[in-house]
Order: sequence, then structure tokens, then C-alpha cells
Amino acid sequence: MNRYGAPAWHLAALIVCYAVALYVFTRIISAGIVLGFVVWFAGAVILHDFIVLPLYSLADTGLQRGLRRRPPVNYVRVPAALSVLLLLIWFPLILRSSEYYYRAATGLSTEPYLLRWVLVTCALFAGSAIVYAVRRRSRR
Amino acid sequence: MAGVREWLSGRGRPPGPFRPEFWRSPLRGPWLTSVFGLVLLVGLPIVALTGLVSYAAYNPGLPGNDMTPSKGLLGFYLFDWPTSPVWLYRLTQGTHVILGLTLVPILLAKLWSVIPKLFAWPPFRSPAQLLERVSLVLLVGGAVFEFVTGILNIQLFYVFPFSFYPAHLYGAWVFLAALVVHVALKLPRLVTALRSRGFRREMRTGLRDTRPEPPDPDDLVAAAPGPPSMSRRGLLAFVGGGSLTVLGLSVGQTMDGPIRSTALLAPHGRDYGPGPNDFQVNKTAASVGVTAAQAGPGWRLTLLGARQVLLTRQELLDLPLHTYRLPIACVEGWSTEQEWTGVRLADLARLCGVAEPGGVQARSMQQAGFFNQVSLSAGQVADHRSLLALRVNGADLSLDHGFPARIMVPNAPGVHNTKWVRELDFRVPS
Repeated sequence: MNRYGAPAWHLAALIVCYAVALYVFTRIISAGIVLGFVVWFAGAVILHDFIVLPLYSLADTGLQRGLRRRPPVNYVRVPAALSVLLLLIWFPLILRSSEYYYRAATGLSTEPYLLRWVLVTCALFAGSAIVYAVRRRSRR
Repeated sequence: MAGVREWLSGRGRPPGPFRPEFWRSPLRGPWLTSVFGLVLLVGLPIVALTGLVSYAAYNPGLPGNDMTPSKGLLGFYLFDWPTSPVWLYRLTQGTHVILGLTLVPILLAKLWSVIPKLFAWPPFRSPAQLLERVSLVLLVGGAVFEFVTGILNIQLFYVFPFSFYPAHLYGAWVFLAALVVHVALKLPRLVTALRSRGFRREMRTGLRDTRPEPPDPDDLVAAAPGPPSMSRRGLLAFVGGGSLTVLGLSVGQTMDGPIRSTALLAPHGRDYGPGPNDFQVNKTAASVGVTAAQAGPGWRLTLLGARQVLLTRQELLDLPLHTYRLPIACVEGWSTEQEWTGVRLADLARLCGVAEPGGVQARSMQQAGFFNQVSLSAGQVADHRSLLALRVNGADLSLDHGFPARIMVPNAPGVHNTKWVRELDFRVPS
């Protein structure tokens, strides 16, 4: 292998990638949003790799330790994870963070979303419990 | 200090996630990563392309329409946005938003499956590896940035310190540049990895028979795997189920009829009760400073062309009226089809002495916010379904839907259907 560590086309492809990114960066500067953009872009990596992922990994480890095997952990872990996923996506509505602009736009309140999320969460756990019960019975 | 020197010289490793035995999941491996990668390889280009199409739908070449005037070469593909088929923007933008939401669990799972590589030690062994790893910052940063800004924007949670349009557009190009290179470099490995295990066989393998994938050159497979708590098919069902849950709770906001009420977790699937005007509102009159008094009997529509014409609402209603079913499709991904009645824009152009309008600038009474003035193209004005709408579903427009009159252009993005119109300026060179 050469000193670069990969074939020449590898270098060429990455140079094209960086050239495009650099050009886009000049557009970002020209739009006057460079500071906010860079902070949010870097923040996106940090948010996912060093906050969201470690947090849900820790929560999962804790859940597995706490539950042992009764009921099997997946019947709790799956509905809990789906519920957290929905909260992660829709927290501005569920926690009413976007109430001001939401009301201005739609004329409605974000108030119903918390209850909806709680009901969906209940449905997910109920569904999981039913699957567990059915499988346990059929195994006997 | 001796320890740090050893890490840097490559003889030792920092503790924690930098040690291979830290990563315990027996499911991580090239096959699993490639399955998620394949789904994203199909899905993300669709999300990206429909997003780029949405920029074209704004007809940014017309005066005042471009939300990202600093685009430079990035506007190379722009084209005149058509009025047919009327449902095209409804489809592309609904797909952009709903598919994007649906891919959130897949993206999270993909990133989870490769997270040990973030802590590879030494960080790079060659210039090639260094360059490639830095490009992954653009890839991961771009992906998360695009999803976060998009998801916050559709919920009207404007916490970002920049305008959404340039940030989301330029972030997309950074992401696309990194994605194309990533796919070019990794595609052979994706194909090899997918062939390494039969998908059907994996779907028949339960928890008891779940074993780690064989060790791989990329070190995705755990060096010291723990016992599995979930089978591979279980994990795929889990992630796929997450996608279906998000999809099922949001896709209703792109549809009409009873199915719309299934959009329990989506910003614009709301019920306004029964009635001709009770469909989704986006921007209330109050929020942009339009009052009932302004829209009252004193309101006049000004037509600017070869001559100036002032019209009362009654005079407009006395002109030939036409009725069409047309969708309103918002950049935020929701849409609804209603029956609009009004005067053709082409007829209004003729009324002020413009036989072949080169387009029109529609000006609103709205004070605040974007889009109080919009340019429509010659093609949009010429379409016989392009209306200055006065009524919807047989009733007068409500104030929040744009009373006394609003633009309705087939296949235009929702924000171009200007509400509370006060002036139509046809003095556009053709």
C-alpha cells in the first residue's frame, strides 16, 4: 500500500466531497448564518453520539439489570423505547414547547398532545402485555 | 501522564469505550449494519430529492420568492414549477416529511450499530483513514442536523438561531456530499456483508440460536460479546415497528376523510369540527395582524396592469366564477383537498388590460411574517384552474382562510396561495 493508505480514487472521491462541502460553506457564510449553523451542526453530532446514544444505552442496561428475566425484558423494553422515540420526535408538541407559534399558525392549542402520547404509550404497553400473555399460554 | 503518552504512541488504549471489550452487544456486525444501511440507501435519496424539488416548487427565480438567494451554483437544477398534476407537490412534500419521520428509527439504529467505530484507537492509521473519518463528521452531523431542523420546523418550534430555509438547504448539500462518498467507499462492503447471511434464514433464527457474526476487519463485531437479549430478527422487527409507529401516527395529516384523525402525533392532522371552512389553518389572521375590519365592506381589490382597476367583493362575485377541487399542500408536509370557487387569475389580468400576463405579484394585507408578497409565473397565471378564490366548499372563506379573497394555484406550495389579497400586480414583462 502507498503512503496515503488507499487507492488514488479514494483520495479523489474525498477531495470532491470536501470541495463541495467547502463551496456550501461559502454559501452559508454568504447567507449570514455561519455561527449558528456551525454550532448546531457540531451540536448535532455531540447531541447524538455523546448524549442521546449513551443515555438510552444506560437506560437499557439499567432496565435489564432491574428486571432480571421476569417478565422477559423485551416486553418492557420495546414499548418503552417506542414511547421514548415518539417523545424524542414530538416533544415540542407533547411538552408544549412550541405552543406560541403553534397557536399563532393553527389557532389551536398543543394541549391535547400530552394525553395522546400517554394513551399511545398505554396502548403500546397493553399490546406488549397481550403478546406476552398469548405467548406464555401457547408455550404451556 | 505515562499512560497518555502510551495511548498517543499507539502502544496502549485509553479506558472505557476505546477498549474493544467495552462493546458487548452480540448483534452488532457488518450484516446488521448493512441491512439498516440498505434501507437508508433507498430512503434518504428520496427524502433528499423531494426536498430539492420543494425548493424548485417555490419558483425562486421570480422576484421575492427565493428564500435562499445566496444559493450560487446550488440552484443549478431549478426549473419552472408546473401546475399539473395538481397533486404533485402534495405527494413530493408529503413524502419528504413523512418518509423523513419514518426513517428516524432506522437512522438511530444504523448509528447505534456503528458507534464502536467512533472510539477506534488509534484514531487513524493512515492519511486515507483520517480523511475518511473527518468526512463522517459531515455525514453524521449532516444527517442529524437535517432531521433535527426539519422535525423542529414542522412543529413550529423555532428555536434555531437561523432562518430554516438556508440552514436546511445548505445542511442537505453538506450531507449529500458526504453521503455520496460514503456510499461509494462502502457499497462493496455492504454487498459482501448482505451476502454473508441469508435474510430468510435470519428471519427464522430465534433468540436461542442467535450468535455473533464472525469477526470482521472493521471491528463492528464485539470482541467480548455478552449473551443476546434479543434475536437479530427481533431487533429488525423492533426498529421496523418503530418506523411503522411513527408513520402510522403521522401519515394521516396528508390525507382527507376519516383517516386524517389517525394522525395523533403530527402537527397538522387536527380536527376543526364539521363545516365548510373547518379544515387545517396555517397562519391565523390574528397572528399576522389582519383584522375583520380590514376585510370588511371597505375592502377593495386593486388590479394593476395597463390600467388600474378597483373591485369590491360583490363586483368580484358578479364576474364569471369557476369551481375546482384543489389541494393545499404545505412545505411542512400536511395537505388537504377542498372545493374552491373564485375568479380566474387570467380573467382578472384581462380586466386590467393585460392579455398575456408574464405572471403576477400577489400582495396580502398581512403585516407580519414571510410571504405577504408572492410572485406567480406566467404558466401559473395562465392555468384555467388558478383562482382568486372567494368561497370554499360552497361558503364564503372564513377570515383565517383568507377572507375576502385568496389565491389558489394548482400544485403550488401552500405559502404561495396568498391569503387576504389586497393587490394583484400583472405588470410583469412576459
